[in-house]
Amino acid sequence: MAVLVIADHTNAALGEATAKVLAAASKLGGDVDILVAGQGAKAAADAAAKLAGVRKVLLAESDALGHQLAEAVTDTVVALASGYDAIVIPATSAGKNFAPRIAAKLDVNQITDVIEVVSADTFVRPIYAGNALETVQSSDAKKVITVRTTAFKAGGEGGSASVETIAPAGAAGREAAFVSEEVVKSDRPELVGAKIVVSGGRAMGSADEFHKVIEPLADKLGAAVGASRAAVDAGYAPNDYQVGQTGKVVAPDLYIAVGISGAIQHLAGMKDSKVIVAINKDADAPIFQVADYGIVGDYKTVVPELMSALG
Amino acid sequence: MKVLVPVKRVIDYNVKVRVKPDQTGVDLANVKMSMNPFDEIATEEAVRLKEKGVATEVIAVSIGPAQAQETIRTALAMGADRGILIQTDVDVDPLNVAKLLKAVIAEESPNLVVMGKQAIDGDNNAVGQMLAALLDWPQATFASKVEVSADKASVTREIDGGLQTLEVSLPAVITADLRLNEPRYASLPNIMKAKKKEIAMKTPADYGVDVASKLKVLKVTEPPKRSAGIKVENAAELVTKLKSEGVL
Repeated sequence: MAVLVIADHTNAALGEATAKVLAAASKLGGDVDILVAGQGAKAAADAAAKLAGVRKVLLAESDALGHQLAEAVTDTVVALASGYDAIVIPATSAGKNFAPRIAAKLDVNQITDVIEVVSADTFVRPIYAGNALETVQSSDAKKVITVRTTAFKAGGEGGSASVETIAPAGAAGREAAFVSEEVVKSDRPELVGAKIVVSGGRAMGSADEFHKVIEPLADKLGAAVGASRAAVDAGYAPNDYQVGQTGKVVAPDLYIAVGISGAIQHLAGMKDSKVIVAINKDADAPIFQVADYGIVGDYKTVVPELMSALG
Repeated sequence: MKVLVPVKRVIDYNVKVRVKPDQTGVDLANVKMSMNPFDEIATEEAVRLKEKGVATEVIAVSIGPAQAQETIRTALAMGADRGILIQTDVDVDPLNVAKLLKAVIAEESPNLVVMGKQAIDGDNNAVGQMLAALLDWPQATFASKVEVSADKASVTREIDGGLQTLEVSLPAVITADLRLNEPRYASLPNIMKAKKKEIAMKTPADYGVDVASKLKVLKVTEPPKRSAGIKVENAAELVTKLKSEGVL
């Protein structure tokens, strides 16, 4: 049994999701290799080689891989696939984009968003926004698996795997071409891996209010900032802040929901948090049904009080 | 330019799903069903392309039970021109859905497929990418903005950390994210008109696809329940509690 993990990375650095996907992959049994497909990604590959339990790291580089274009990543992974029984991919936006393409090229189904590895062919995954859990058994010869990273704990470092450079597969000049990217640089922790998340909802009423209320509280706590779909749709917060069924799934130690009513689709993205705090002026808001601690009150008074109570 | 829009019949967005006591699935009896919300967004985008004069024909295709005709009628009422139902009572897995759609595309030769990024029942987020792979077409997933010209499309995509813009040559598969557009409500005259539009009735066998899945569902269970906690009076009390939990 050999397993290939596709690394989450930003070229310059290895993403936190990689170690968690490695933890899931290790549960399949057998040797685990990591593929870093990027451009100028040597540092990420070196970091991957330090993770415990890795046999070797493969580094493939090209411009298209640097932008994680699905066509390019797929070609490179499919060229390697004959050497592996399973390909394990983080359910990040990049992973979700290329994983099904890889699966279809290998004529197998994707096993999506795995939260538990029962055995090498049996997995648990959420369906219906996490309102049901499905246990599935795959009889495909090769398994293509995406992993919900919040469900797995990262292992340690201490590995010293070799880094092998491989040629990217596929013809040059793909039909999908990268044009541009607007990625917001932030000093705050990454939303998916953060220990504390402060999220704002529609009650904020404006982007200005969102900045004035949510961000200072997050910064005081060293937290990442999230938002409900309603807040994102209304333009109060950027799309990559969205927590929920179709946005990001988070499971921090502490999740503070400010002015969020708690639609099923939002709860799907945060209900596995260790401690949930809800601040909402509507005592009947569904968010209170999942919150460990609730304050019924207007965030406009509660958040400043919280800021001063935190000292 | 022909545009193909695959649409799925799913439990309505607002319905709270219940797991069946025998753990064989979720209860679909007497539950309101609707078009998958992401497919509504895809249908809207395709219809707008037609209204702009970019698309000449919009074809809605669904795979599912006889009642999925209603889902196709919804797309027709929004402005799609005709429909195809591949009728089956099997819960077809994403790979087989992609194979069926590929076979439809071989007959219809559309230049563009616009579809929802994921169905809110299985939450797989897979068919669009799989279809693109089987056709060896480029893909642009999680689209929040689409501009189509004669032979290419510029697509802005929602990614972790922000937005990415790609240019794909046509034919291509585009999958719709939430913020691509706001789907219209069909007007009564359009609902009436949709009743006269044609829906071709097919079966998986017509396309030579065996829909038996290699992914077997062993059981479906309830997730662990989270119980409501306590209400605290003020921020100071909250901070004390959080400190004692060790999360601050």
